Amino acid sequence: MFNLLRVVAQRLALGLFTLFIVSLIIASIVELLPGDITQAILGQSATPETVAVFRAELGIDRPVHERYIEWLKGMVTGDMGRSLANRREIAELVGVRLSNTLFLGGFAAAIAVPLSLILGLLAALYRNSIFDRGVNLFTLTSISFPEFFVAYILILFFAVKAGWFPGISNVSTDLPLGDKLFRTLLPAATLTLVVVAHMMRMTRAAIINLLSSDYIEMAYLKGIRPMRVIFHHALPNAWGPIVNVIALNLAYLVVGVVIVEVVFVYPGLGQLLVDSVSKRDVPVVQACSMIFAGVYILLNLLADIVAIVTNPRLLHPR
Amino acid sequence: MQSMLKGFWAVPLTAKLGLVVVMAYLVVAVFAPVIAPYSETEILGASYELWSDKYPLGTDSLGRDMLSRLIFGARNTIGIALAAVTLAFLVGGATGMLAAILGGWYDTIISRIVDILMAIPSLVFALLILTILGTSIPILILVIAVLDCTRVYRITRAAAMNVVVLEYVEVARLRGEGLWWVIRKEILPNIMAPLLAEFGLRFCFVFLFIAALSFLGLGIQPPTADWGSMVRDNATLINYGDITPLLPAAAIAILTVAVNFVVDWLLHRSSGLRDPI
Repeated sequence: MFNLLRVVAQRLALGLFTLFIVSLIIASIVELLPGDITQAILGQSATPETVAVFRAELGIDRPVHERYIEWLKGMVTGDMGRSLANRREIAELVGVRLSNTLFLGGFAAAIAVPLSLILGLLAALYRNSIFDRGVNLFTLTSISFPEFFVAYILILFFAVKAGWFPGISNVSTDLPLGDKLFRTLLPAATLTLVVVAHMMRMTRAAIINLLSSDYIEMAYLKGIRPMRVIFHHALPNAWGPIVNVIALNLAYLVVGVVIVEVVFVYPGLGQLLVDSVSKRDVPVVQACSMIFAGVYILLNLLADIVAIVTNPRLLHPR
Repeated sequence: MQSMLKGFWAVPLTAKLGLVVVMAYLVVAVFAPVIAPYSETEILGASYELWSDKYPLGTDSLGRDMLSRLIFGARNTIGIALAAVTLAFLVGGATGMLAAILGGWYDTIISRIVDILMAIPSLVFALLILTILGTSIPILILVIAVLDCTRVYRITRAAAMNVVVLEYVEVARLRGEGLWWVIRKEILPNIMAPLLAEFGLRFCFVFLFIAALSFLGLGIQPPTADWGSMVRDNATLINYGDITPLLPAAAIAILTVAVNFVVDWLLHRSSGLRDPI
Protein backbone atom coordinates (compact mmCIF):
# COMPACT_ATOMS: atom_id res chain seq x y z
CA MET A 1 0.00 0.00 0.00
CA PHE A 2 2.81 2.36 0.93
CA ASN A 3 4.53 1.45 -2.30
CA LEU A 4 1.39 2.30 -4.26
CA LEU A 5 1.10 5.71 -2.60
CA ARG A 6 4.73 6.43 -3.36
CA VAL A 7 4.40 5.59 -7.06
CA VAL A 8 1.20 7.64 -7.36
CA ALA A 9 2.89 10.57 -5.62
CA GLN A 10 5.81 10.25 -8.01
CA ARG A 11 3.47 10.39 -10.99
CA LEU A 12 1.66 13.39 -9.53
CA ALA A 13 4.94 15.22 -9.02
CA LEU A 14 5.99 14.37 -12.58
CA GLY A 15 2.65 15.64 -13.89
CA LEU A 16 2.94 18.90 -11.97
CA PHE A 17 6.48 19.31 -13.24
CA THR A 18 5.27 18.81 -16.83
CA LEU A 19 2.54 21.34 -16.23
CA PHE A 20 5.16 23.79 -14.96
CA ILE A 21 7.41 23.31 -18.02
CA VAL A 22 4.44 23.66 -20.35
CA SER A 23 3.41 26.90 -18.63
CA LEU A 24 7.00 28.13 -19.09
CA ILE A 25 6.83 27.33 -22.81
CA ILE A 26 3.45 29.00 -23.25
CA ALA A 27 4.46 32.08 -21.27
CA SER A 28 7.79 32.47 -23.02
CA ILE A 29 6.32 32.05 -26.49
CA VAL A 30 6.04 35.84 -26.55
CA GLU A 31 9.84 35.94 -26.60
CA LEU A 32 9.69 34.33 -30.02
CA LEU A 33 7.86 37.35 -31.37
CA PRO A 34 9.86 38.87 -34.17
CA GLY A 35 10.94 42.48 -33.60
CA ASP A 36 8.32 44.01 -35.82
CA ILE A 37 5.44 42.04 -34.30
CA THR A 38 3.77 45.20 -33.09
CA GLN A 39 3.71 46.37 -36.70
CA ALA A 40 2.44 43.01 -37.87
CA ILE A 41 -0.38 42.94 -35.34
CA LEU A 42 -1.34 46.59 -35.16
CA GLY A 43 -0.79 47.29 -38.85
CA GLN A 44 1.44 49.75 -40.63
CA SER A 45 -0.64 52.74 -39.56
CA ALA A 46 0.00 52.24 -35.81
CA THR A 47 1.05 55.41 -34.04
CA PRO A 48 4.08 55.36 -31.71
CA GLU A 49 1.72 55.74 -28.72
CA THR A 50 -0.32 52.63 -29.55
CA VAL A 51 2.88 50.69 -30.15
CA ALA A 52 4.16 51.77 -26.72
CA VAL A 53 0.88 50.80 -25.04
CA PHE A 54 0.90 47.46 -26.82
CA ARG A 55 4.44 46.70 -25.72
CA ALA A 56 3.61 47.58 -22.13
CA GLU A 57 0.52 45.36 -22.35
CA LEU A 58 2.62 42.40 -23.46
CA GLY A 59 5.21 43.43 -20.90
CA ILE A 60 8.06 43.16 -23.38
CA ASP A 61 9.89 45.98 -21.61
CA ARG A 62 10.22 44.08 -18.29
CA PRO A 63 12.57 41.22 -17.31
CA VAL A 64 11.45 37.70 -18.26
CA HIS A 65 11.24 35.99 -14.87
CA GLU A 66 9.24 38.83 -13.32
CA ARG A 67 6.77 38.69 -16.17
CA TYR A 68 6.45 34.91 -15.93
CA ILE A 69 5.75 34.89 -12.20
CA GLU A 70 3.13 37.58 -12.60
CA TRP A 71 1.49 35.71 -15.48
CA LEU A 72 1.43 32.44 -13.55
CA LYS A 73 -0.04 34.17 -10.50
CA GLY A 74 -2.72 35.66 -12.73
CA MET A 75 -3.54 32.28 -14.28
CA VAL A 76 -3.99 30.68 -10.86
CA THR A 77 -6.00 33.47 -9.27
CA GLY A 78 -8.17 34.03 -12.33
CA ASP A 79 -6.84 37.48 -13.17
CA MET A 80 -5.61 36.71 -16.66
CA GLY A 81 -5.23 40.23 -17.95
CA ARG A 82 -7.10 41.85 -20.80
CA SER A 83 -7.67 40.86 -24.40
CA LEU A 84 -5.71 42.90 -26.94
CA ALA A 85 -8.55 42.86 -29.43
CA ASN A 86 -11.50 44.19 -27.41
CA ARG A 87 -9.93 45.18 -24.07
CA ARG A 88 -12.24 42.87 -22.10
CA GLU A 89 -11.15 40.85 -19.08
CA ILE A 90 -9.95 37.44 -20.28
CA ALA A 91 -11.38 35.69 -17.22
CA GLU A 92 -14.79 37.05 -18.16
CA LEU A 93 -14.43 35.83 -21.78
CA VAL A 94 -13.20 32.41 -20.70
CA GLY A 95 -15.56 31.63 -17.81
CA VAL A 96 -18.84 30.88 -19.58
CA ARG A 97 -17.13 29.40 -22.60
CA LEU A 98 -15.15 26.93 -20.52
CA SER A 99 -18.31 25.61 -18.90
CA ASN A 100 -19.96 25.36 -22.34
CA THR A 101 -17.01 23.37 -23.68
CA LEU A 102 -17.01 21.07 -20.65
CA PHE A 103 -20.76 20.57 -21.11
CA LEU A 104 -20.31 19.57 -24.76
CA GLY A 105 -17.37 17.30 -23.95
CA GLY A 106 -19.22 15.69 -21.06
CA PHE A 107 -22.32 15.13 -23.16
CA ALA A 108 -20.27 13.49 -25.92
CA ALA A 109 -18.42 11.34 -23.38
CA ALA A 110 -21.69 10.22 -21.79
CA ILE A 111 -22.80 8.80 -25.14
CA ALA A 112 -19.42 7.63 -26.43
CA VAL A 113 -18.03 5.72 -23.46
CA PRO A 114 -20.84 3.16 -22.90
CA LEU A 115 -21.39 2.78 -26.64
CA SER A 116 -17.76 2.03 -27.43
CA LEU A 117 -17.40 -0.36 -24.47
CA ILE A 118 -20.39 -2.41 -25.60
CA LEU A 119 -19.31 -2.40 -29.25
CA GLY A 120 -15.73 -3.32 -28.36
CA LEU A 121 -16.83 -6.15 -26.08
CA LEU A 122 -19.20 -7.57 -28.70
CA ALA A 123 -16.60 -7.27 -31.45
CA ALA A 124 -14.05 -9.11 -29.30
CA LEU A 125 -16.55 -11.83 -28.40
CA TYR A 126 -17.66 -12.46 -31.95
CA ARG A 127 -14.22 -12.01 -33.44
CA ASN A 128 -13.96 -12.38 -37.25
CA SER A 129 -17.72 -12.59 -37.60
CA ILE A 130 -19.67 -10.40 -39.99
CA PHE A 131 -20.50 -8.08 -37.07
CA ASP A 132 -16.83 -7.70 -36.12
CA ARG A 133 -15.77 -7.03 -39.70
CA GLY A 134 -18.56 -4.53 -40.19
CA VAL A 135 -17.73 -2.62 -37.01
CA ASN A 136 -14.04 -2.72 -37.92
CA LEU A 137 -14.60 -1.33 -41.39
CA PHE A 138 -16.91 1.35 -40.00
CA THR A 139 -14.43 2.47 -37.36
CA LEU A 140 -11.49 2.42 -39.77
CA THR A 141 -13.37 4.75 -42.10
CA SER A 142 -14.62 7.03 -39.35
CA ILE A 143 -11.07 7.43 -38.01
CA SER A 144 -10.05 8.55 -41.50
CA PHE A 145 -12.73 11.21 -41.81
CA PRO A 146 -11.89 14.79 -40.97
CA GLU A 147 -14.10 16.00 -38.09
CA PHE A 148 -15.65 18.75 -40.16
CA PHE A 149 -16.67 16.21 -42.82
CA VAL A 150 -18.62 14.16 -40.27
CA ALA A 151 -20.11 17.35 -38.86
CA TYR A 152 -21.30 18.66 -42.22
CA ILE A 153 -22.72 15.28 -43.24
CA LEU A 154 -24.76 15.27 -40.02
CA ILE A 155 -25.86 18.86 -40.66
CA LEU A 156 -26.82 18.03 -44.24
CA PHE A 157 -28.97 15.05 -43.31
CA PHE A 158 -30.38 15.89 -39.90
CA ALA A 159 -30.58 19.68 -40.01
CA VAL A 160 -31.10 20.61 -43.66
CA LYS A 161 -32.79 17.59 -45.28
CA ALA A 162 -34.79 16.26 -42.33
CA GLY A 163 -34.96 19.44 -40.27
CA TRP A 164 -35.01 17.57 -36.97
CA PHE A 165 -32.18 19.40 -35.24
CA PRO A 166 -30.78 22.92 -35.50
CA GLY A 167 -27.62 23.17 -37.62
CA ILE A 168 -26.25 25.89 -35.38
CA SER A 169 -26.00 25.28 -31.65
CA ASN A 170 -26.15 28.73 -30.13
CA VAL A 171 -26.63 27.87 -26.49
CA SER A 172 -26.74 30.41 -23.71
CA THR A 173 -26.57 29.98 -19.96
CA ASP A 174 -30.25 30.75 -19.25
CA LEU A 175 -31.48 27.98 -21.54
CA PRO A 176 -33.27 25.07 -19.76
CA LEU A 177 -31.28 21.83 -19.73
CA GLY A 178 -33.58 20.03 -22.17
CA ASP A 179 -33.22 22.74 -24.80
CA LYS A 180 -29.51 22.85 -24.26
CA LEU A 181 -29.20 19.09 -24.76
CA PHE A 182 -31.37 19.28 -27.88
CA ARG A 183 -29.25 22.01 -29.42
CA THR A 184 -25.94 20.34 -28.61
CA LEU A 185 -27.04 16.92 -29.87
CA LEU A 186 -25.49 17.22 -33.33
CA PRO A 187 -22.07 18.46 -32.16
CA ALA A 188 -22.06 15.81 -29.45
CA ALA A 189 -22.95 13.16 -32.03
CA THR A 190 -20.07 14.33 -34.24
CA LEU A 191 -17.59 14.05 -31.40
CA THR A 192 -19.02 10.67 -30.46
CA LEU A 193 -18.54 9.30 -33.97
CA VAL A 194 -14.94 10.48 -33.98
CA VAL A 195 -14.01 9.12 -30.56
CA VAL A 196 -15.97 5.86 -30.53
CA ALA A 197 -13.78 4.45 -33.29
CA HIS A 198 -10.60 4.80 -31.22
CA MET A 199 -12.10 3.64 -27.95
CA MET A 200 -13.89 0.69 -29.47
CA ARG A 201 -10.80 -0.54 -31.33
CA MET A 202 -8.66 -0.30 -28.22
CA THR A 203 -11.26 -2.05 -26.03
CA ARG A 204 -11.49 -4.83 -28.59
CA ALA A 205 -7.70 -5.17 -28.73
CA ALA A 206 -7.40 -5.23 -24.92
CA ILE A 207 -10.02 -7.97 -24.56
CA ILE A 208 -8.73 -10.08 -27.46
CA ASN A 209 -5.26 -9.82 -25.97
CA LEU A 210 -6.60 -11.21 -22.69
CA LEU A 211 -8.69 -13.92 -24.32
CA SER A 212 -5.57 -15.43 -25.83
CA SER A 213 -3.90 -15.90 -22.43
CA ASP A 214 -3.54 -19.32 -20.82
CA TYR A 215 -5.81 -18.89 -17.83
CA ILE A 216 -8.75 -17.98 -20.06
CA GLU A 217 -8.15 -21.07 -22.17
CA MET A 218 -8.03 -23.05 -18.94
CA ALA A 219 -11.38 -21.56 -17.91
CA TYR A 220 -12.90 -22.56 -21.24
CA LEU A 221 -11.45 -26.05 -20.96
CA LYS A 222 -13.00 -26.43 -17.53
CA GLY A 223 -16.32 -25.94 -19.31
CA ILE A 224 -17.30 -22.56 -17.92
CA ARG A 225 -19.93 -20.72 -19.94
CA PRO A 226 -18.47 -18.04 -22.31
CA MET A 227 -20.38 -15.18 -20.66
CA ARG A 228 -19.01 -16.14 -17.25
CA VAL A 229 -15.50 -16.34 -18.65
CA ILE A 230 -15.82 -12.84 -20.03
CA PHE A 231 -17.33 -11.22 -16.94
CA HIS A 232 -15.56 -13.11 -14.17
CA HIS A 233 -12.20 -13.97 -15.69
CA ALA A 234 -11.39 -11.53 -18.49
CA LEU A 235 -13.04 -8.27 -17.51
CA PRO A 236 -11.39 -7.75 -14.08
CA ASN A 237 -8.01 -7.79 -15.80
CA ALA A 238 -9.20 -5.65 -18.68
CA TRP A 239 -10.45 -2.72 -16.59
CA GLY A 240 -6.99 -1.17 -16.34
CA PRO A 241 -6.36 -0.85 -20.06
CA ILE A 242 -10.00 0.09 -20.74
CA VAL A 243 -10.12 2.92 -18.21
CA ASN A 244 -6.77 4.06 -19.55
CA VAL A 245 -8.22 4.18 -23.06
CA ILE A 246 -11.23 6.14 -21.83
CA ALA A 247 -9.08 8.76 -20.10
CA LEU A 248 -6.82 9.13 -23.14
CA ASN A 249 -9.82 9.62 -25.39
CA LEU A 250 -11.39 12.16 -23.07
CA ALA A 251 -8.12 14.04 -23.41
CA TYR A 252 -8.47 13.77 -27.17
CA LEU A 253 -12.05 15.00 -26.89
CA VAL A 254 -10.85 18.18 -25.20
CA VAL A 255 -8.90 19.09 -28.33
CA GLY A 256 -11.23 17.61 -30.94
CA VAL A 257 -13.86 19.95 -29.59
CA VAL A 258 -12.14 22.95 -31.25
CA ILE A 259 -13.14 22.10 -34.81
CA VAL A 260 -16.63 20.90 -33.93
CA GLU A 261 -17.28 24.15 -32.07
CA VAL A 262 -16.27 26.16 -35.12
CA VAL A 263 -18.52 24.15 -37.45
CA PHE A 264 -21.57 24.46 -35.21
CA VAL A 265 -20.79 28.04 -34.09
CA TYR A 266 -20.93 26.70 -30.52
CA PRO A 267 -19.86 29.39 -28.02
CA GLY A 268 -17.04 27.40 -26.43
CA LEU A 269 -13.41 27.83 -25.56
CA GLY A 270 -12.20 26.31 -28.85
CA GLN A 271 -14.04 28.90 -30.88
CA LEU A 272 -12.51 31.64 -28.73
CA LEU A 273 -9.05 30.16 -29.26
CA VAL A 274 -9.42 30.03 -33.04
CA ASP A 275 -10.84 33.54 -33.23
CA SER A 276 -8.02 34.88 -31.09
CA VAL A 277 -5.39 33.13 -33.19
CA SER A 278 -6.64 34.80 -36.36
CA LYS A 279 -6.71 38.15 -34.55
CA ARG A 280 -3.28 37.35 -33.08
CA ASP A 281 -4.62 38.22 -29.66
CA VAL A 282 -1.63 36.79 -27.77
CA PRO A 283 -2.83 36.95 -24.11
CA VAL A 284 -6.14 35.21 -24.90
CA VAL A 285 -4.36 32.53 -26.93
CA GLN A 286 -1.97 31.97 -24.03
CA ALA A 287 -4.80 31.67 -21.50
CA CYS A 288 -6.83 29.28 -23.70
CA SER A 289 -3.78 27.18 -24.56
CA MET A 290 -2.88 26.89 -20.90
CA ILE A 291 -6.39 25.70 -20.01
CA PHE A 292 -6.49 23.18 -22.85
CA ALA A 293 -2.99 21.92 -22.10
CA GLY A 294 -3.78 21.76 -18.36
CA VAL A 295 -6.91 19.65 -18.82
CA TYR A 296 -5.11 17.45 -21.34
CA ILE A 297 -2.16 16.84 -19.02
CA LEU A 298 -4.39 16.16 -16.01
CA LEU A 299 -6.46 13.61 -17.94
CA ASN A 300 -3.31 11.89 -19.16
CA LEU A 301 -2.04 11.86 -15.59
CA LEU A 302 -5.31 10.33 -14.48
CA ALA A 303 -4.94 7.62 -17.13
CA ASP A 304 -1.44 6.91 -15.89
CA ILE A 305 -2.50 6.65 -12.26
CA VAL A 306 -5.51 4.46 -13.03
CA ALA A 307 -3.27 2.14 -15.01
CA ILE A 308 -0.91 1.82 -12.03
CA VAL A 309 -3.65 1.32 -9.45
CA THR A 310 -5.45 -1.37 -11.44
CA ASN A 311 -2.32 -3.21 -12.52
CA PRO A 312 -0.09 -4.14 -9.57
CA ARG A 313 2.61 -5.33 -11.95
CA LEU A 314 3.39 -1.73 -12.90
CA LEU A 315 4.28 -1.04 -9.28
CA HIS A 316 7.54 -2.90 -9.67
CA PRO A 317 9.06 -1.72 -12.92
CA ARG A 318 11.74 -4.32 -13.66
CA MET B 1 7.68 -6.59 -63.96
CA GLN B 2 5.75 -9.83 -64.29
CA SER B 3 6.51 -10.88 -60.73
CA MET B 4 5.45 -7.43 -59.55
CA LEU B 5 2.13 -7.84 -61.31
CA LYS B 6 1.74 -11.30 -59.83
CA GLY B 7 2.54 -9.87 -56.42
CA PHE B 8 -0.12 -7.24 -56.89
CA TRP B 9 -2.82 -9.86 -57.45
CA ALA B 10 -1.88 -11.61 -54.24
CA VAL B 11 -2.59 -8.44 -52.23
CA PRO B 12 -5.94 -8.46 -50.35
CA LEU B 13 -8.82 -6.63 -51.97
CA THR B 14 -8.96 -3.64 -49.59
CA ALA B 15 -5.22 -2.97 -49.92
CA LYS B 16 -5.47 -3.29 -53.72
CA LEU B 17 -8.27 -0.73 -53.71
CA GLY B 18 -6.20 1.52 -51.45
CA LEU B 19 -3.14 1.30 -53.71
CA VAL B 20 -5.17 2.13 -56.81
CA VAL B 21 -6.76 5.15 -55.11
CA VAL B 22 -3.42 6.46 -53.82
CA MET B 23 -1.92 6.10 -57.32
CA ALA B 24 -4.87 7.95 -58.84
CA TYR B 25 -4.42 10.83 -56.37
CA LEU B 26 -0.71 11.02 -57.15
CA VAL B 27 -1.38 11.14 -60.90
CA VAL B 28 -3.93 13.93 -60.41
CA ALA B 29 -1.53 15.84 -58.15
CA VAL B 30 1.40 15.59 -60.57
CA PHE B 31 -0.53 16.34 -63.76
CA ALA B 32 -2.90 18.92 -62.23
CA PRO B 33 -2.24 21.67 -64.83
CA VAL B 34 -2.91 19.21 -67.69
CA ILE B 35 -6.10 17.75 -66.24
CA ALA B 36 -7.76 20.87 -64.81
CA PRO B 37 -9.98 22.74 -67.29
CA TYR B 38 -9.21 26.18 -65.80
CA SER B 39 -6.57 27.78 -63.58
CA GLU B 40 -6.83 27.49 -59.80
CA THR B 41 -7.09 31.24 -59.07
CA GLU B 42 -8.83 32.75 -62.09
CA ILE B 43 -12.30 34.21 -61.43
CA LEU B 44 -14.48 32.95 -64.27
CA GLY B 45 -18.14 33.50 -63.53
CA ALA B 46 -20.67 34.49 -60.92
CA SER B 47 -20.29 33.08 -57.41
CA TYR B 48 -21.96 29.77 -56.52
CA GLU B 49 -22.95 28.81 -60.06
CA LEU B 50 -24.68 25.45 -60.34
CA TRP B 51 -23.20 22.36 -61.94
CA SER B 52 -23.17 22.81 -65.72
CA ASP B 53 -21.32 21.67 -68.85
CA LYS B 54 -19.07 24.69 -68.64
CA TYR B 55 -18.26 24.33 -64.95
CA PRO B 56 -18.72 20.62 -64.16
CA LEU B 57 -18.95 21.19 -60.39
CA GLY B 58 -20.11 24.78 -60.47
CA THR B 59 -18.16 27.75 -59.13
CA ASP B 60 -17.11 28.68 -55.61
CA SER B 61 -17.79 31.72 -53.43
CA LEU B 62 -15.64 33.96 -55.65
CA GLY B 63 -16.67 32.45 -58.97
CA ARG B 64 -13.66 30.19 -59.48
CA ASP B 65 -14.10 26.79 -61.12
CA MET B 66 -14.70 24.21 -58.40
CA LEU B 67 -13.37 21.20 -60.33
CA SER B 68 -10.11 22.94 -61.22
CA ARG B 69 -9.59 24.00 -57.61
CA LEU B 70 -10.34 20.48 -56.46
CA ILE B 71 -7.66 19.13 -58.83
CA PHE B 72 -5.06 21.75 -57.86
CA GLY B 73 -5.97 21.20 -54.21
CA ALA B 74 -4.71 17.61 -54.54
CA ARG B 75 -1.30 18.96 -55.47
CA ASN B 76 -1.11 21.59 -52.70
CA THR B 77 -2.60 19.64 -49.81
CA ILE B 78 -0.82 16.34 -50.53
CA GLY B 79 2.44 18.12 -51.36
CA ILE B 80 2.57 20.02 -48.08
CA ALA B 81 1.57 16.96 -46.05
CA LEU B 82 4.26 14.86 -47.75
CA ALA B 83 6.90 17.54 -47.17
CA ALA B 84 6.01 17.81 -43.47
CA VAL B 85 5.95 14.04 -42.90
CA THR B 86 9.23 13.51 -44.76
CA LEU B 87 10.93 16.19 -42.70
CA ALA B 88 9.49 14.70 -39.51
CA PHE B 89 10.82 11.25 -40.47
CA LEU B 90 14.28 12.55 -41.30
CA VAL B 91 14.59 14.37 -37.97
CA GLY B 92 12.66 11.92 -35.78
CA GLY B 93 14.17 8.84 -37.42
CA ALA B 94 17.75 10.08 -37.14
CA THR B 95 17.45 11.20 -33.50
CA GLY B 96 15.54 8.02 -32.61
CA MET B 97 18.17 5.70 -34.04
CA LEU B 98 20.98 7.71 -32.47
CA ALA B 99 19.20 7.50 -29.10
CA ALA B 100 18.93 3.72 -29.46
CA ILE B 101 22.61 3.29 -30.38
CA LEU B 102 24.24 5.89 -28.14
CA GLY B 103 21.95 5.57 -25.11
CA GLY B 104 23.07 7.31 -21.93
CA TRP B 105 22.77 11.06 -21.54
CA TYR B 106 21.86 11.73 -25.14
CA ASP B 107 18.94 9.30 -24.96
CA THR B 108 17.71 10.66 -21.61
CA ILE B 109 17.77 14.31 -22.64
CA ILE B 110 16.09 13.85 -26.01
CA SER B 111 13.47 11.51 -24.53
CA ARG B 112 12.56 14.02 -21.80
CA ILE B 113 12.23 16.82 -24.37
CA VAL B 114 9.98 14.60 -26.46
CA ASP B 115 7.88 13.75 -23.38
CA ILE B 116 7.30 17.43 -22.69
CA LEU B 117 6.45 18.23 -26.31
CA MET B 118 3.98 15.35 -26.41
CA ALA B 119 2.29 16.53 -23.23
CA ILE B 120 0.84 19.53 -25.08
CA PRO B 121 -2.02 18.74 -27.45
CA SER B 122 -0.58 19.28 -30.93
CA LEU B 123 -3.47 21.37 -32.25
CA VAL B 124 -3.13 23.78 -29.33
CA PHE B 125 0.64 23.95 -29.74
CA ALA B 126 0.35 24.58 -33.48
CA LEU B 127 -2.22 27.33 -32.93
CA LEU B 128 0.05 28.94 -30.34
CA ILE B 129 3.05 29.03 -32.65
CA LEU B 130 1.04 30.13 -35.68
CA THR B 131 -0.28 33.08 -33.63
CA ILE B 132 3.25 34.24 -33.00
CA LEU B 133 4.89 33.49 -36.34
CA GLY B 134 1.92 34.01 -38.63
CA THR B 135 0.67 31.58 -41.25
CA SER B 136 2.86 30.79 -44.22
CA ILE B 137 3.56 27.50 -45.94
CA PRO B 138 7.21 27.07 -44.80
CA ILE B 139 6.24 27.80 -41.18
CA LEU B 140 3.28 25.41 -41.45
CA ILE B 141 5.54 22.62 -42.70
CA LEU B 142 8.14 23.31 -40.01
CA VAL B 143 5.65 23.43 -37.13
CA ILE B 144 3.95 20.21 -38.17
CA ALA B 145 7.28 18.48 -38.74
CA VAL B 146 8.50 19.45 -35.27
CA LEU B 147 5.26 18.33 -33.61
CA ASP B 148 5.21 15.06 -35.51
CA CYS B 149 8.85 14.08 -35.24
CA THR B 150 8.23 13.37 -31.53
CA ARG B 151 5.98 10.43 -32.44
CA VAL B 152 8.41 9.25 -35.10
CA TYR B 153 11.23 9.47 -32.57
CA ARG B 154 9.40 7.21 -30.13
CA ILE B 155 8.54 4.57 -32.73
CA THR B 156 12.03 4.56 -34.28
CA ARG B 157 13.74 4.41 -30.90
CA ALA B 158 11.55 1.52 -29.73
CA ALA B 159 12.05 -0.41 -32.97
CA ALA B 160 15.80 0.27 -33.11
CA MET B 161 16.26 -0.70 -29.44
CA ASN B 162 15.22 -4.25 -30.30
CA VAL B 163 17.74 -4.44 -33.13
CA VAL B 164 20.70 -2.75 -31.44
CA VAL B 165 21.04 -5.53 -28.86
CA LEU B 166 21.29 -8.30 -31.48
CA GLU B 167 24.59 -10.10 -32.05
CA TYR B 168 25.21 -9.02 -35.62
CA VAL B 169 25.03 -5.35 -34.67
CA GLU B 170 27.48 -6.00 -31.86
CA VAL B 171 29.77 -7.79 -34.29
CA ALA B 172 29.62 -4.85 -36.68
CA ARG B 173 30.50 -2.43 -33.90
CA LEU B 174 33.32 -4.64 -32.65
CA ARG B 175 34.59 -4.77 -36.22
CA GLY B 176 35.01 -1.03 -35.89
CA GLU B 177 32.29 0.10 -38.29
CA GLY B 178 31.29 3.75 -37.96
CA LEU B 179 28.00 5.03 -36.57
CA TRP B 180 26.62 5.92 -39.98
CA TRP B 181 27.49 2.49 -41.37
CA VAL B 182 25.74 0.72 -38.49
CA ILE B 183 22.64 2.84 -38.97
CA ARG B 184 22.50 2.38 -42.73
CA LYS B 185 23.51 -1.26 -43.11
CA GLU B 186 22.43 -2.97 -39.90
CA ILE B 187 19.58 -1.08 -38.27
CA LEU B 188 17.64 0.71 -40.98
CA PRO B 189 16.95 -2.37 -43.16
CA ASN B 190 15.61 -4.22 -40.14
CA ILE B 191 13.19 -1.55 -38.95
CA MET B 192 12.06 -0.49 -42.42
CA ALA B 193 8.73 -2.38 -42.35
CA PRO B 194 7.29 -0.82 -39.17
CA LEU B 195 8.66 2.58 -40.20
CA LEU B 196 6.96 2.34 -43.58
CA ALA B 197 3.62 1.54 -41.95
CA GLU B 198 4.19 4.40 -39.51
CA PHE B 199 4.91 6.69 -42.44
CA GLY B 200 1.47 5.92 -43.83
CA LEU B 201 -0.23 6.48 -40.48
CA ARG B 202 1.64 9.73 -39.85
CA PHE B 203 0.78 10.89 -43.37
CA CYS B 204 -2.92 10.38 -42.63
CA PHE B 205 -2.60 12.22 -39.35
CA VAL B 206 -0.70 15.16 -40.83
CA PHE B 207 -3.00 15.30 -43.82
CA LEU B 208 -6.05 15.55 -41.55
CA PHE B 209 -4.21 18.02 -39.34
CA ILE B 210 -3.43 20.36 -42.24
CA ALA B 211 -7.00 20.04 -43.48
CA ALA B 212 -8.24 20.96 -40.00
CA LEU B 213 -5.93 23.98 -39.76
CA SER B 214 -6.91 25.15 -43.23
CA PHE B 215 -10.54 24.64 -42.34
CA LEU B 216 -10.02 26.90 -39.35
CA GLY B 217 -8.52 29.48 -41.73
CA LEU B 218 -5.06 29.11 -40.20
CA GLY B 219 -3.38 26.72 -42.63
CA ILE B 220 -2.79 27.14 -46.33
CA GLN B 221 -3.75 30.69 -47.22
CA PRO B 222 -5.83 31.89 -50.17
CA PRO B 223 -5.77 32.09 -53.15
CA THR B 224 -3.92 28.74 -53.13
CA ALA B 225 -6.50 26.00 -53.60
CA ASP B 226 -6.69 23.63 -50.65
CA TRP B 227 -9.35 21.13 -49.62
CA GLY B 228 -9.76 22.24 -46.03
CA SER B 229 -10.27 25.92 -46.81
CA MET B 230 -12.52 25.05 -49.78
CA VAL B 231 -14.94 23.40 -47.38
CA ARG B 232 -14.86 26.44 -45.13
CA ASP B 233 -15.32 28.97 -47.93
CA ASN B 234 -18.32 27.21 -49.44
CA ALA B 235 -19.91 25.83 -46.29
CA THR B 236 -22.98 28.10 -46.62
CA LEU B 237 -24.15 26.01 -49.60
CA ILE B 238 -24.77 23.07 -47.26
CA ASN B 239 -27.62 25.00 -45.68
CA TYR B 240 -29.37 24.88 -49.06
CA GLY B 241 -28.88 21.14 -49.34
CA ASP B 242 -26.09 21.44 -51.93
CA ILE B 243 -23.38 18.80 -51.53
CA THR B 244 -20.65 20.62 -53.51
CA PRO B 245 -18.73 21.82 -50.39
CA LEU B 246 -18.59 18.25 -49.16
CA LEU B 247 -16.62 17.12 -52.24
CA PRO B 248 -13.21 18.41 -51.02
CA ALA B 249 -13.95 16.91 -47.59
CA ALA B 250 -14.81 13.62 -49.29
CA ALA B 251 -11.56 13.85 -51.27
CA ILE B 252 -9.67 14.09 -47.98
CA ALA B 253 -11.63 11.23 -46.43
CA ILE B 254 -11.20 8.88 -49.40
CA LEU B 255 -7.43 9.37 -49.52
CA THR B 256 -7.03 8.75 -45.78
CA VAL B 257 -9.20 5.64 -45.93
CA ALA B 258 -7.15 4.37 -48.88
CA VAL B 259 -3.83 4.97 -47.11
CA ASN B 260 -5.21 3.29 -43.98
CA PHE B 261 -6.17 0.21 -46.00
CA VAL B 262 -2.64 -0.04 -47.38
CA VAL B 263 -1.11 0.51 -43.94
CA ASP B 264 -3.32 -2.18 -42.42
CA TRP B 265 -2.05 -4.63 -44.98
CA LEU B 266 1.59 -3.57 -44.46
CA LEU B 267 1.24 -4.02 -40.70
CA HIS B 268 -0.32 -7.43 -41.20
CA ARG B 269 2.47 -8.50 -43.52
CA SER B 270 5.30 -7.24 -41.35
CA SER B 271 3.83 -8.86 -38.23
CA GLY B 272 3.81 -12.17 -40.11
CA LEU B 273 0.10 -12.77 -39.58
CA ARG B 274 -1.86 -14.57 -42.24
CA ASP B 275 -4.73 -12.53 -43.55
CA PRO B 276 -8.11 -14.15 -42.83
CA ILE B 277 -9.51 -13.08 -46.21
